[in-house]
Amino acid sequence: MVDDKNRPKAEVKNLSFYYGDFNALKNISMPVYEKQVTALIGPSGCGKSTFLRSFNRMHDLYPGNRYEGEIRIYPDDVNVLAPSVDPIEVRMRISMVFQKPNPFPKSIYENVAYGLRVRGENRRVTLNEKVEEALKSAALWEEVKHRLHEPAFNLSGGQQQRLCIARALATDPEILLFDEPTSALDPIATASIEELINDLKNQVTIVIVTHNMQQAARVSDFTAYMYLGELIEYGVTDEIFIKPRKKQTEDYITGRFG
Amino acid sequence: MSSESASVKVTDLRALIRRHKRWDTIFMLVGLVALMIGVLTFAALFVDMAIDGLPRLSYDFFTNFPSRRPGQAGILSAWVGSTLVMIATAFFAVPLGVASGIYLEEYAAKNWFTDVIEINITNLAGVPSIVYGLLALGLFVYQFGLGQSILTAGLTLALLILPVVIVATREAIRSIPQGIREGAYALGATQWQVCRDHIVPYSMPGILTGVIIGMARAIGETAPIITIGALTFIAFLPPAPVTAEPPFISFEWLFSPFTVMPIQMFNWTSRPEAAFHQNAAAAGFVLVLMTLAMNGLAIWLRYRLRKRIKW
Repeated sequence: MVDDKNRPKAEVKNLSFYYGDFNALKNISMPVYEKQVTALIGPSGCGKSTFLRSFNRMHDLYPGNRYEGEIRIYPDDVNVLAPSVDPIEVRMRISMVFQKPNPFPKSIYENVAYGLRVRGENRRVTLNEKVEEALKSAALWEEVKHRLHEPAFNLSGGQQQRLCIARALATDPEILLFDEPTSALDPIATASIEELINDLKNQVTIVIVTHNMQQAARVSDFTAYMYLGELIEYGVTDEIFIKPRKKQTEDYITGRFG
Repeated sequence: MSSESASVKVTDLRALIRRHKRWDTIFMLVGLVALMIGVLTFAALFVDMAIDGLPRLSYDFFTNFPSRRPGQAGILSAWVGSTLVMIATAFFAVPLGVASGIYLEEYAAKNWFTDVIEINITNLAGVPSIVYGLLALGLFVYQFGLGQSILTAGLTLALLILPVVIVATREAIRSIPQGIREGAYALGATQWQVCRDHIVPYSMPGILTGVIIGMARAIGETAPIITIGALTFIAFLPPAPVTAEPPFISFEWLFSPFTVMPIQMFNWTSRPEAAFHQNAAAAGFVLVLMTLAMNGLAIWLRYRLRKRIKW
């Protein structure tokens, strides 16, 4: 699967992260390939969410957090962790879907349009167009096209999560981050989200955190296994799952540990 | 054998449960009595006032100025004064309180300085209202030369209810799930955009409830209003806020002398004639209704606005 066409969209270089004095990520280095799905797996507390939230500088919202190292994104080769780079700029380029569906208590339409409004887009025609496009990408358009102005909370959990995906897609992000997007959903909604992730990788680079190894195996092209803040093993998903190089990874994947 | 011992055990258990449940009954009675002491006292006061005052309630009572003749005296200047003072109070208290609350919750760094401010806000809520009256007399009446006006009263009562508004704003903001904030920030919103588009609209039900409850307290305040020198006998209305000539809007009413409902009541109760006491009861009845109406409005608003917002 790794061939000449695969260019890295982002490169993590010697990333360490601290919550105050606690060293949550230890010297992580790995690439993130363009228009591929990269899964982060590992037991609870291994730092996979912390790692994911470094990509869009979510940690900057809380005091006492500190990054070391770099996450460079291409083609412009910018270190998004550099203090000189505004986290708002980073978040405008790298979108995120959260663990629990978190639609705003607004209409379906306004939820999807919000990212555009933040950018100062208020032209009705452009908004209509982008909202429709994003909802179609998130496979939600057919279900909601006649009730765009109803409250988002009227949707089911799985629909809410797809709405959050549409919201994240509306602004054409370069990278889409998923933080355990199906852990609050039932199996049917989970399947539809996984299917969606498979479709989306044609248009966007995806990084997904999951505690479900079958999910990682089903949706991802590359997998990183983390433990206690360290990157234990990174590689092509099929290889990681079929013949991991490290005993530790194998133990986790086969369920002997974790 | 075994079934016998099991049944013995069950009887023991039942006796035990009965013994424990006795405490449920005892506490229920104690709680009910405690509750009734409060509710019945209020009901008795209210009914007593209604019996005294209701015969005096008529259309004229609302449209007449105070008078030396109890039968012709009315509460026109008092209810108009109370209404205008409330408008001025809300005008100052809401922006100040909401802005302070938002700043403390969303912007301020959590350090010893904000801790001190927080403790002080809680303390301010406990300062006796007459102290606010003295402060206002020195500051607004003499220092700023605003006189014994509706504006002064509005500012004073605004200060009085400011802690209530700030605390209500903060609690409302705190009830917004962090996931909503993160969702907005993750789209590249600035702090101001998050506040304007999310924090303020979603905390509105809580803020409004807090404001109205604060106002319901302010409308009954007497001590600070007397301290700043409100008159007890006013036989005219403040200038109308709308005029026939351009610019059509006038703010002269803000500088007008005034009286309010509780002062009117206080004035009538201190008269020797029994007929005036009836007037006082009638005015008190109206004042209680005004307060209850405001609380009712708060409950209704909260219910209406909350329906649209769930997490």
